[in-house]
Amino acid sequence: MVEVSDVSAASAEANAPGALRRAYDSDVFYSFRHSPITMLAALVTLLGFLGAIFAPWLATQNPFDLRTLSLMDANLPPSWVEGGEAKYLFGTDNQGRDVFSTILYGSRVSLLVGVGSVILALILGVGLGLLSGYVGGSIDAFIMRVADVQLSFPAILIALLIDGITRAILPREAHDAAAVYVLILSIGASGWVQYARTVRGSTMVEKNKEYVQAARVIGLHPVAIMLRHVLPNVMGPVLVIATIHLAVAIITEATLSFLGVGVPPTQPSLGTLIRIGNNFLFSGEWWITVFPGAALVIMVLAVNLLGDWLRDALNPKLR
Amino acid sequence: MADGAPLLSVRDIARSFDVSKSFLARMIERQPRVLLKAVDGVSFDIARGQTLSLVGESGCGKSTVARLVVGLYRPSRGSIEFEGVNVTALRRRADLAPIRRRFQMIFQDPYASLNPRWRVRDIIAEPIRAHKLMQDKRELGKRVDELLRLVRLAPADGEKYPHEFSGGQRQRISIARALSSNPEFLVCDEPTSALDVSVQAQILNLMKDLQRELGLTYLFISHNLAVVFHISDRVGVMYLGRIVELAESKQLFARPQHPYTRMLLDAIPDLEMSGRGRTPVAGEVPNPLDPPTGCTFHPRCPWANERCRREEPAMKPTPSGASAACHAVEEGRIPTLKTGAAPA
Amino acid sequence: MTGLRSNKPLLDVRNLRVEFPTRRGTLVAVDDVSFHINAGEVLGVVGESGAGKSLTGAAIIGLLEPPGRIAGGTVRLEGQRIDNLPAEQLRRIRGRQIGAVFQDPLTSLDPLFTVGQQLVETITTHLDLSETQARDRAVELLREVGIPGAERRIDHYPHQFSGGMRQRVVIALALCAQPRLIIADEPTTALDVSIQAQIITLLKRLCRDHGAAVMLVTHDMGVIAETADRVAVMYAGRIAEIGPVAEVIRQPRHPYTVGLMGSIPKIDRAVERLVQIEGAMPRLTAIPPGCAFNPRCPKVFDRCRVERPELMPVGANHAACWLHAPSSDKQTLAEAARG
Repeated sequence: MVEVSDVSAASAEANAPGALRRAYDSDVFYSFRHSPITMLAALVTLLGFLGAIFAPWLATQNPFDLRTLSLMDANLPPSWVEGGEAKYLFGTDNQGRDVFSTILYGSRVSLLVGVGSVILALILGVGLGLLSGYVGGSIDAFIMRVADVQLSFPAILIALLIDGITRAILPREAHDAAAVYVLILSIGASGWVQYARTVRGSTMVEKNKEYVQAARVIGLHPVAIMLRHVLPNVMGPVLVIATIHLAVAIITEATLSFLGVGVPPTQPSLGTLIRIGNNFLFSGEWWITVFPGAALVIMVLAVNLLGDWLRDALNPKLR
Repeated sequence: MADGAPLLSVRDIARSFDVSKSFLARMIERQPRVLLKAVDGVSFDIARGQTLSLVGESGCGKSTVARLVVGLYRPSRGSIEFEGVNVTALRRRADLAPIRRRFQMIFQDPYASLNPRWRVRDIIAEPIRAHKLMQDKRELGKRVDELLRLVRLAPADGEKYPHEFSGGQRQRISIARALSSNPEFLVCDEPTSALDVSVQAQILNLMKDLQRELGLTYLFISHNLAVVFHISDRVGVMYLGRIVELAESKQLFARPQHPYTRMLLDAIPDLEMSGRGRTPVAGEVPNPLDPPTGCTFHPRCPWANERCRREEPAMKPTPSGASAACHAVEEGRIPTLKTGAAPA
Repeated sequence: MTGLRSNKPLLDVRNLRVEFPTRRGTLVAVDDVSFHINAGEVLGVVGESGAGKSLTGAAIIGLLEPPGRIAGGTVRLEGQRIDNLPAEQLRRIRGRQIGAVFQDPLTSLDPLFTVGQQLVETITTHLDLSETQARDRAVELLREVGIPGAERRIDHYPHQFSGGMRQRVVIALALCAQPRLIIADEPTTALDVSIQAQIITLLKRLCRDHGAAVMLVTHDMGVIAETADRVAVMYAGRIAEIGPVAEVIRQPRHPYTVGLMGSIPKIDRAVERLVQIEGAMPRLTAIPPGCAFNPRCPKVFDRCRVERPELMPVGANHAACWLHAPSSDKQTLAEAARG
């Protein structure tokens, strides 16, 4: 039915003046404005990122600066429970660290590793996907076989593997210092396959479209065609994957840190905090694990919801 | 007719595609390689300033020929000469670049032939940038404006994106892009097939005007015989990868030689409702993976004989000055036909 | 209206209006369209993309995709209104009274079932026949549409047929419950030109043999010339001209039809330039007031820009054009002569 698509094309008139106005008017932003849950999720995500970035200013103390700690204040309950103090909003842990501050500082590490590994996975995955889809042939076959092999291992296991190798290679102090980067590497390297497969599929579709053939007739170098023509047109689904992958990366890092093979205790992430707090769960100091846990869950949930919305909003445009 | 050497000279080009199953599947199922002969020995010349059309139904290979000429595929055999230079022998991008500047291509699908993420002015300027023809940005901008005006669009349209335009307007943008590097030769692959008939009229008129103004040479691919009649100087009729008849346009339509040409002409709907009699059309285009022996048209041909089943006919000149690949025509077995088309 | 009128028309469409509510306002895709089809005749509905012809067909058969909906007018099949029926009743009418042939034979047939299964299912749903009787009838139909070896091929899957053969199967499917009306939407557009000719001839012959009327929606005037008895030319959701096919083609009255006929390349006459209608069909969001064609019309005058013309009789046709105002309307005719 030709005319139905003409109708939707007609209704998406773009006589709007500036780019910002166009974005505001666009169908994607419209669905955003009309979904309260998505707006809430976006707000929470934004707050989470802001809290992490501005932690030194928002936190009441720096929980990893041993000089500011006082063992006298250890194991205090949250401020609204009897025995708590207003200074320590969510209470303190066994070393006198303010739980609220540790959450802020911990989420810094979590988000740093999360975002870092997503960026790494994205660059690796999109690059290999483009190459695989555009060039085809034996290169495509090889990359896809590597991807298939990697997919048969759980991502956690791969991350553990890379982590273990670096631990074995580097001396302890170097490893501690580089722990964050090793984590980014391991989680990023374990997550590129999703991107590569999606981009490969889209690339194979776009490759046969006439605008790519027009570029070949002009005589452009294949790399130029891949980057300038194909890449902008295959990025749509990548954004959706990246958002959801961010949530997965944060959870993966938390899992690894919980297991004790993630970040060192001197730079705890939310996962580390949960692990530490776990030891005290049954002795009654529930706040040490519950609040970091809740922060992690809320953050991941918000990012997931955002990703869900993005996928649905971009869907009619994804061909 | 041609004054001097032809601009484009194509000799016996062929192209096959490997449509076999994957190596593993073939090994397990013990199946041979399957090759699709999309183009199987096509030769023609185009003189400067002229339009040669290739017409045929789906699967005849005309689009593949277009892509071979323009370099998107390499021919499995044969040669393509552009102003005397054998382009099939050139391999390196650097050698091909000066030739590539001089020919361009217009595609069928107006919705897929423009990058949806690029602005129109960048799309049109791309050949100029790629061949480094202009360095000054302002000069480039003026040239883009000039090209937009040439295809009867407004310079302000350069700022917009392709989805803001209709099908006909997008084809104009494609034409503007094709003309930006000042080419001499345009390959047009069904440029109006996806357009409404009134829009098609605009585009065909534009293409004719541009050919006159800029001295362009066209290779025009189409399945629509009426369009081909309107725009061509010479016409080649293709069937299953080969040219079966090649003639001056008016002559082909007034006095078609090859039985397939006659069948095609007969199938054009009778808009004038002259009530002309039609010979019943027989059969469908056979599977190109398994073509008939001898003359590939023989299962559908009312004049096929034993020789047609055994021997593949070669292109031979006919008394009327055309060329046709048909034993019956060569042997004079087919009565001459006068169609209702305009006299040659 | 001209045409055989010994009984009431088979299909009677009056003031049909199809709307699409969008967040930017309501788009009117079919605007006050009226026509009728008599039993056994072929009405061609021709127009370019965006004219609303496919939506008209979809509205009649009840297959409008939401948010599109019928917002006004009536559709009567054999005197009975069908546009306001509940879904279940409409479903029964579809297939039994109205058959459909769409453009793409690949998607019209279910790839997971054999051709025979699909035919038998439709037959048994709408007619009171046993499985064996239905199967016999299906084989008979396949033979009628020209499928060689019908008894064998009835058990083949759609992908085992070529494009032209598949479209023949679709025609058989449309005819199998013996409908009174067939709506064919671009039935030959996806086919090669030599197959097109075969399919058009087949459709015309079969519909005549089975006594079914046809509403043939297409952009191809040549197909209309060969097949239709009457033709309606649509523009921007309205009918611009309607009349017997020979009249409309040889003596078009509406300036749009004149331009359309002139822009079609023909092989009996070589012209230097094809007739060119400037501009493009307006988008649904920007339909001009008055006559929708007025910005592009070479014969426009004041009244055209202000007031929308109704279909007015002129010769054997009807044209929605102020140039053909009734002879009693002297003022308009004077303006037209001046402008």
